[in-house]
Amino acid sequence: MSASRPVAGAATTAGHRPNAALLQVERLTVRLPVEGAQREVLRDVSFDIRGGEALGLVGESGSGKSMTARAIDRLLPAGAEVDGSIRFDGGEVGSLTGGDLRRYRGLVAMIFQDPRAHVNPVRRIGDFMTEALRTNLDVPRSTAERRAVHMLAQVGIEDGERRLRQYPHELSGGLLQRVMIAAALLTEPRLLLADEPTTALDVTTQAEVMAILHDLRREFDLAMLFITHDLELAAAVCDRTVVMYAGQIVEMRSAARLHDDPLHPYTAALAAARPDIGQSARRLRAIPGRPLSAFEAPQGECAFAPRCPHAVDECRTGVPELVDLDGGRSRCVRAGELRGRLGVAAGD
Amino acid sequence: MLAVAGLRKEFGELVAVDDVSFALPEAGSLAIVGESGSGKTTVAKMIVGLERPTKGTIVACGNDRSKPARSASDRRRRGREVQIVFQDPYTSLDPRQTVEATLDEILRLHHGWPKERRRERVRELTDLVGLDARQSRALPRGLSGGQRQRVAIARALAAEPRILILDESVAALDVSIQAQVLNLLADIRDETSVSFVLISHDLAVVRQLAEETIVMWRGRVVERGATGRVLDDPQDDYTKQLRASVPRPGWKPQRRSVVATEEA
Repeated sequence: MSASRPVAGAATTAGHRPNAALLQVERLTVRLPVEGAQREVLRDVSFDIRGGEALGLVGESGSGKSMTARAIDRLLPAGAEVDGSIRFDGGEVGSLTGGDLRRYRGLVAMIFQDPRAHVNPVRRIGDFMTEALRTNLDVPRSTAERRAVHMLAQVGIEDGERRLRQYPHELSGGLLQRVMIAAALLTEPRLLLADEPTTALDVTTQAEVMAILHDLRREFDLAMLFITHDLELAAAVCDRTVVMYAGQIVEMRSAARLHDDPLHPYTAALAAARPDIGQSARRLRAIPGRPLSAFEAPQGECAFAPRCPHAVDECRTGVPELVDLDGGRSRCVRAGELRGRLGVAAGD
Repeated sequence: MLAVAGLRKEFGELVAVDDVSFALPEAGSLAIVGESGSGKTTVAKMIVGLERPTKGTIVACGNDRSKPARSASDRRRRGREVQIVFQDPYTSLDPRQTVEATLDEILRLHHGWPKERRRERVRELTDLVGLDARQSRALPRGLSGGQRQRVAIARALAAEPRILILDESVAALDVSIQAQVLNLLADIRDETSVSFVLISHDLAVVRQLAEETIVMWRGRVVERGATGRVLDDPQDDYTKQLRASVPRPGWKPQRRSVVATEEA
């Protein structure tokens, strides 16, 4: 790959300061129309992503992890109400329109779990890959195609010219996901929003795609919001991890320590519920009940309390604050008291 | 209980399954591990009777089932021998039938019991899989993914099969729900003499549920043995690669050298 990367556009050069947050999400609350009423799906979500950093966003159904990514890329469904602020490189994302919004989506690119649901099946790979370059950035087709072939090589696809003439159905899931990653990188993004990008792939293909993402992130100084249900995967590939439950952040922690030394009972329960590849247990420590959305969870108290093995009366007296603890943050009134007692190894 | 020998399936030029053999004792549990294109699901479909083998034999409970069933009663007998639970319970449940009606129909079809006995058994089955009275009267769309998968398991058990095939049955479930369903399956394994065939790409799930494991790659069995041995000390190169691809703390994902061979 070429040595240096061309300047991506005015928005990236203007406010680029080392160590400053590339993306700042502050007190983000989102309501969506559900069965005729506006219901909360995200509640008071705040976090930063620094340039080049990989932040994991872990949670189950209804946790709000995908909705967070959609809010960042301004892809929420019609009728959504958004409170709070999302700033990219210091600029407010909520006020972008028209060409500015399209350019922003080039800088904050998204890849999805199911690539097939996000490509037009009757259009060739080449048309799909070069569309943003040609229409948003006025790059001539021949140049756009040359760059597409080059980027395909970056994700391990050597015969790019041939691939550009193919249709999506001619490619396997793993190959198509690599094409999606290459397409996302063509607009030279600074931040990649990756929503379960490997969940539908075989494990050896997942390893391949994660390795490709890792290499490309280093090469392009690319930050990543990596959304996954897999705590172990997040711990392995991210710098920091945020755990969400019922539309709220419940824990924030360096990824390396999250799994073995969690700060919140939900994170601990999630880690303990997964079967262990190294040994079989007589029974798994299942979490009773099912994961809830923000609007289904109890209001005015800890959302996880009904399923939590550590819940006491105090947990039901108010919504716990996200408090600093041991280099991370936890939304649990008993977090300090439970320190060191939540890990998988420590037992319970 | 189940003996598969020299099983082969061709789709035109493609050999999807090539010379697969294994045996499963009563109350035993066997995992078939592999990725897309390995042939593992085709093996499951041939055991159930949804695909016909090109070559080889499948004997379940002493009866050969490699040829199509000859009559309705033959088909029902086969249904009492082998049942399957798929990955996505939503597409395999009738959207217009309540849970109770679904189970009642199976009991009537397979056992011909009177109404009172069926009602009692429906209650036992829903209790076994942890569905309450309200959920038992619900339609599939009124249930969560985990609850629907419990219904699919209860429906499979209603036929009182000797062999239960689980084809990625917990793959689509949330982690906390997956643990509940895995515990349910472990209870069934421990409390009945049902034999399990677990089709899965998830090695941790395989470790949890299956005593024996076979690893398939491109239609062939490349490794077999006790699950602990296969996962802790894999001998075949493909099994080693599979094991190394599972994320864990300190994991460094590897780029494969050969990408072009993935597809023609």
